[in-house]
Amino acid sequence: MDQPQTQKATPGPIETREMLLNVGPAHPAMHGIIRIVTKLDGEQVVDADVEIGYLHRGFEKMSETVDYNGVMPYTDRLNYVSPLINNMGYCMAVEKLLGVAVPERCHYIRVILSEISRIADHLTCVGASAMELGAFTVFLYMIKAREFLWELVEMVTGARLTVSYGRVGGVKGDLPEGFAERCRNALRETRRVLAESDALLTRNRIFVDRMSGTGRITPENAISYGITGPFLRSTGVAYDVRKDCPYAVYDQLQFDVPVGTRGDNYDRYLVRMEEMEQSMGIIEQGLRDLPPGPVAVNPETGQPIPAAEMVDQGKAGNIAAIADACATTDPTLEGSAKPRQPNIAVGEKRVFLPSKEDTYGNIEGLMQHFKLVMYGHGIRPPKGEVYFPVEGANGELGFYIVSDGGSKPYRVRVRPPCFFIMSALHKILVGEMAADVIPTFGSVNMIGGELDR
Amino acid sequence: MNAPAMIQAVSERFPAAVKTSHMYRGDATVVLRRESLLGVARVLKEDPAFEMNFLMDLTAVDYSCFGKKSSPAFFSSSGVMVSPSPVIPDADPWPGPTGPERFVVVYHLYSLPLKHRLRLEVPVEEADAEVDSLTSIWGGANWLEREVWDMFGIRFRAHPNLIRILMYEEFAGHPLRKDYPVNKRQPLIGPVN
Amino acid sequence: MSDEAGFLTSRLEEAIGWARKYSIFQYPFVTACCGMEYMATACSHYDVDRFGAGLPRFSPRQADVLFVVGTISHKMLPVLKRIYDQMADPKWVVSFGVCTCTGGFYDNYATVMGIDTVIPVDVYIPGCPPRPEYVLDGLLKLQAKIQAQHLSGHRSAPEPRPEFRP
Repeated sequence: MDQPQTQKATPGPIETREMLLNVGPAHPAMHGIIRIVTKLDGEQVVDADVEIGYLHRGFEKMSETVDYNGVMPYTDRLNYVSPLINNMGYCMAVEKLLGVAVPERCHYIRVILSEISRIADHLTCVGASAMELGAFTVFLYMIKAREFLWELVEMVTGARLTVSYGRVGGVKGDLPEGFAERCRNALRETRRVLAESDALLTRNRIFVDRMSGTGRITPENAISYGITGPFLRSTGVAYDVRKDCPYAVYDQLQFDVPVGTRGDNYDRYLVRMEEMEQSMGIIEQGLRDLPPGPVAVNPETGQPIPAAEMVDQGKAGNIAAIADACATTDPTLEGSAKPRQPNIAVGEKRVFLPSKEDTYGNIEGLMQHFKLVMYGHGIRPPKGEVYFPVEGANGELGFYIVSDGGSKPYRVRVRPPCFFIMSALHKILVGEMAADVIPTFGSVNMIGGELDR
Repeated sequence: MNAPAMIQAVSERFPAAVKTSHMYRGDATVVLRRESLLGVARVLKEDPAFEMNFLMDLTAVDYSCFGKKSSPAFFSSSGVMVSPSPVIPDADPWPGPTGPERFVVVYHLYSLPLKHRLRLEVPVEEADAEVDSLTSIWGGANWLEREVWDMFGIRFRAHPNLIRILMYEEFAGHPLRKDYPVNKRQPLIGPVN
Repeated sequence: MSDEAGFLTSRLEEAIGWARKYSIFQYPFVTACCGMEYMATACSHYDVDRFGAGLPRFSPRQADVLFVVGTISHKMLPVLKRIYDQMADPKWVVSFGVCTCTGGFYDNYATVMGIDTVIPVDVYIPGCPPRPEYVLDGLLKLQAKIQAQHLSGHRSAPEPRPEFRP
C-alpha cells in the first residue's frame, strides 16, 4: 500500500573510503622533487609516506674520484641556494684534517659570504612558500632582493649560483675594491624588501590562518629525529652551531639566535625573517672588523716588483728580495695589476696554490703549483677521519671525511640537515588537512641537492 | 666533558663493549663490539652524565681498499702509478682502521645540554653484515639506516621498513661499495648510456 | 609535403607560427640547481614575460613547451617520459642546463647522460647553471624554431638564425 512520502528515510552511516593522493614527484610546489603519498579521509591526512631519492646524483661516490679541491664544485650543488656555506664547511673540515689554520682575514671573508648565502636561502624559502600560498608579489620582491645579493656574490667569486669559491686552505681570491660599499647598498635594499614583505605577510589574515597551527612538531620529537636549524629553533630549542660549537670568527661576533614557541609554520616564517636580520648584522660587523691584508712588496723599494724583474733579481742572486716579494703581472693574467693580498690563504706550501705572480715569476712557485695540480700529487693529508659541523641554512651541516693519505678523499659524507626534517614529515602531516601539506612542505625548505645528494 | 674525559668515561662505563678508542684532531672516537651497540647507545642517551639526545649522523665506510688504491701520476694515461702517501707530517697519527673487517658503521652523537660529541664505530664483516637498529632509541635512525642499507648493503635488525631510499627498488647492487664502478648505470627505461 | 606550399598556406603558417611563439605556456619540470636560475629568469630582473612565456602551466595537458630544468636521475626518468607523453601536440622540449643536455659532470650510476636519449629535444641550453641571458637566448632560438615550423608539424632544417625584430 502506498504511503504518502512525508519525509525521506534517515540514511544509515555513510560508507567512506580513504583516498590516496599522490603529491609529486612532479608537482607545482617550488622546492624540489619528492613524492608524498597521502592517505586522505575527506580532507584530513590520515597517513603520509614520503619517498625521496629522485635527485640522487652520487655526490659521495663522485668525491672519491676527484682530488680534494675537485670536490668543491660538487659541494656547491648540495644546498644550491646557499652554496658558499657548503664550500666553507667542506674546506674547514679538510683543514681540520690537515691541522692547518687559515689567516683571520680569510675567516672573515668566509663568514661574510656564508651569511650572504644564508640570507639568499631564507629569501628563497620564504618567497617560495609565500608563492605557494598565493602571494606571488612577495615572491617577486624577494627574488629581486636575492638578485642584489647574487650580484654581490658574482662580484667576489665570478659566478652567481655555483661559485666554488672556497679552496682547501683559503679562498680563491680576495674581496675586490668597493665591495664594502656595494655590500652595504645591497643590504639596504634587502632591508627595504624585507620591510615590504613583512608588511604584506606577517599580519595578513590569510597567511596567518594558513600558517599558524599547521605543521606543528614538539621539541622532543624534533630532537629525536635529529632536526636542527630554524625548524628546531621554532619549537623553542635554541641550538645553533655558530653559538654552541663556534667556528671561524663567530665567537667574536655579536648576534642573537631567534627562537620560536609553538613549532608551527608561522613560527618558522618568523624565525627565518629574524635570522635574515641577524645575518645582515653579522655581515656589517664583519665588514667593520675585517683585518686588512698587507701587500707583500720588495723590501728594498717598498713597491711590488714586476715579474720580469723578479727573474732578473733571482739571476743576480738576490734571493732575499724575491722570497717575500710579489710581482705584478700583465693585466691579462689573473691577479692583474692589483697588488696581491696574501692573507686569504694559509701559507702551507703543500696545501694552497701560489698566486699566479709566483707561479709565473719564480721556480719555487712553479714547483709548488706543479706538486699541487698534477695527478697523484696534490693535497695529501695524513690518514685520519674528522667530522666538522657548520650551521647551514637548514641546520647542522656536517662533513665527515676519511683520508687514506692519497690525493683523493677516501670517503666524504655530508650530514644533510633537511634529510632529518623530511624523515619526520610523515609524522608532522598526520592530522593536518590536505591543504596544509603545501605550507608545511614549504617551510621545511627541502633542497633536493642536499636531501638526495 | 671534553674529548679525553669522554673517552675515559665511556671506557670505564663499558669495559667489555669497548674495543679501542682514540682521539684524533679533538674528536673522541670509541670502537665498540657489535653485540653491545644497542645497550651502550641506550645508556648514552639516557644517563645524565652523557645525555646524548642527538643522533647527528649514521653512516658507514668501506675499508676494503684503504691505502691500497694507487692512482695514475701526472695525467690519467701516464701508466705511472702513485700509491697513497701522505705528505703532511702528523705529530699524533691516527691509529688506522679498526681491524680486518670490511665495513665500519659510524655513529655521531651530540648532547644538547652538555654540549659534547662522541663518535661510535662498529666494525662489521662483509659475510655477516648485520647490526642492531637504533630506531627504538632515536627516530632519525630510521631513514639513516635505510640509506646505509641502500648504499652499502648492511642490514639492521628490527628495523621497521628496511627498503631502499635513494635508489629505485630495481637497482641491483650497493653503489657506495668500493667494488661498484662509479658509472655502471642500470636504467629503468631508455638505453644504457 | 613540399616546402613550396601555396602563397596563402605559407602566410597562414607564418601567422600561426607568430601566434604560437609569442604565447608559450611552459611546463617547468624543475629538479635541481638550474631551478634557481629558472626562477631568476622568470622574475622581475630578467623577466621572461616580455617574451610571452611568462605563464607556467603546472599541468602537462595545458602546456606546450617542456622545460626540463636540472639533473634527471634514472629514478626520475620514467616520470619525465610520462609527462612528455601526456603533453598534446604541438609540443617542444627545451633542455635547460648541462645536466639535461649531456649529463654534466655527474657521470655516475644515478644520472641520465642527456635526456635526448629518451625524448626528442628542440633547444639545448648548456651552462651550469646557465645565466638568465643564456636562457633568454635559448628562448629566442626556440621561438625562431616555432616560427619556422610547418602546419604538418614538419620542422624544416636549417632553422633560421633568430633576429631581433622589435
